[in-house]
Amino acid sequence: MIDLVALLLDNTLSLIIVTPLMGAFVTELVARINKKWVFPLALISILVSSSFAFLLASQVYSGGVVSRAIESDNPAKLTVSLPSGSLLPIRIILEADGMSVLMAIIVAIMSLVVIIYSRKFIRKKLTLFYPLFLIMVSGTYGMMLTGDLFNLFVFIEIVSISGAGLITALDRKRAPDSAFKFLVMSTIGALIILTGIGLLYGQYDSLNIAFLAKSIHWTFLDKVAFALMLAGLAMKAGSVPMHMWVPDAYGDSPAPVSAFFVVGSQASLYALFRICFSLFGLSLNYVTAGWILIILGVLSMFVGVTMALPQKDIKRLMAFHAVSQTGYMLLGVGVGLTVLGTPAFAAFGFKAMEGGIFHVINHALYKGLLFLTAGAIFYATGTRKLNDIRGLAHYMPWTTVFFMVGAFSIAGLPPFNGFASKILIYESVYAFNPVLSAIAMLVSILTLASFIKVFYSAFLGPKPSKKPKRIPHSMLLAMLLLTLLILFFGLFPELIINNLIKPAVMALVNVSAYVGVFSGV
Amino acid sequence: MLVYITVALLIAFGLYAIMFKKNLIKIVIGINLIEAGVNLFLISLGYIQGGYAPIYTLAPEGLWKNMVLPTPQALTLTSIVIGLATTALMLSFVIMIYKNYKTVSSKEVGRLLSD
Repeated sequence: MIDLVALLLDNTLSLIIVTPLMGAFVTELVARINKKWVFPLALISILVSSSFAFLLASQVYSGGVVSRAIESDNPAKLTVSLPSGSLLPIRIILEADGMSVLMAIIVAIMSLVVIIYSRKFIRKKLTLFYPLFLIMVSGTYGMMLTGDLFNLFVFIEIVSISGAGLITALDRKRAPDSAFKFLVMSTIGALIILTGIGLLYGQYDSLNIAFLAKSIHWTFLDKVAFALMLAGLAMKAGSVPMHMWVPDAYGDSPAPVSAFFVVGSQASLYALFRICFSLFGLSLNYVTAGWILIILGVLSMFVGVTMALPQKDIKRLMAFHAVSQTGYMLLGVGVGLTVLGTPAFAAFGFKAMEGGIFHVINHALYKGLLFLTAGAIFYATGTRKLNDIRGLAHYMPWTTVFFMVGAFSIAGLPPFNGFASKILIYESVYAFNPVLSAIAMLVSILTLASFIKVFYSAFLGPKPSKKPKRIPHSMLLAMLLLTLLILFFGLFPELIINNLIKPAVMALVNVSAYVGVFSGV
Repeated sequence: MLVYITVALLIAFGLYAIMFKKNLIKIVIGINLIEAGVNLFLISLGYIQGGYAPIYTLAPEGLWKNMVLPTPQALTLTSIVIGLATTALMLSFVIMIYKNYKTVSSKEVGRLLSD
């Protein structure tokens, strides 16, 4: 018994990824016997993988970087010694530090919320939803926990393929177009990343991030590889010049899927930060790379919000806001990267990165909540067009409250969590460059304006003549969970920053901890 | 050198098809061309002129140093399988689009979608 517990504790890293994957295949088989078992099984595998994620978080926070070699009889042994005496990394390696664990916590929370929400939202006979969703959860975890570049590519493709399938889960009319566009864009993005990975492999004979970080000399080919990977991941994260798939994919997919797509995009953002800080962290020209992130960020913020203003479809509007909010994260982390290694980093760079990373988890919570309320509106009225819905507050008081919490949070009003991270970004970016900070504030005001428009037209006004459908309790519960988390994060930001965000930023900045798993190499 | 020229040409043809062709099936073919280019690039990384397959029992005794690198081959195989999955999924989306609009031209579909 104790052996079993020790074995489980030893292998949390692989179990997080394996549980939803196993769950996917089992639910697909079980669906052919009895459809009633599908939801409980899916819920159980999500619960198990989420608890493993929290377990891993406690392991990392108490003991530092956790790494495991998979397909090995001795998982702690990461290297093989050559006859010449040098050590070489072997096998596929999973590796988790503060940053990956923070992202894993986001996936754990959001996958749980989304699966609770889906119970009534997804039609009973549509059992294919659950296996696909579980595969997507597994792929997202994989992107965050892998220490191997090729596996990163494989997990990116797993997320794209299952995500494209999920877009068409409910809607067979408009959704195939969006899914096709999404799949084309993400395949091109993933192939660009793969070319970059190939360039690195060809030079250094390894795919391991930690090992490569030590060997990279920043040659011309390395610069090309960095540019390719940056472009591909920015495309997958939905940053501005490559954002055209975002409104279609987020807008036409079922609401719980859109909520999880936010996490999927953030996984790409995580990979982007990992590439900038860990893979090229020892050799990169910080100022150039930092400014690339800042420019991408400012463009995303501004273009996203201006495109959102005229939207008539509630989910497309929210999707453009997702692009705009991604900009804040890029801006915060970009400012941190620009001043990394200079005295300015201690003055404001660290704070900027804290703000950027804190915004990642806050964005997942409030944008998830907003997409779920949009799904509730769609469930109740059968339409997403803002012109066709009004006066919903008369019938849906809870959804109204949840929407207000989400809208105030995304606009950065206190005491919600969006305020906590945005104030950090404003403050530290102001010290770096006041113009950027002013743009960030202007974007926040435009965001507030846009959401007031939605609130006014959808929830206020005369009673609608047709009574909307009642929202099931499971959907309300999912939204309530996110609302409570948003309030908690907004009221006790210090607690979250000290316990979750600081270790994540430290993990990104302090490259030697991540690279150090190969102490002998 | 010839390999890299082929890789560049394949990727260029693929990008051309994706950017300038309106037929959705041609776009899928373009993506397949890019995939082929990237796969060729990967496999060429570990290739040795006149080398043997990386199986100990098949390579002649003493010539093990002439075996080609196995890792790029594993990567390429994985990449081919992923490519198969994306191609199949994309083609099934094209079928769904054709059923809805009775056309596979992205121009026509775009016009139908705008109203």
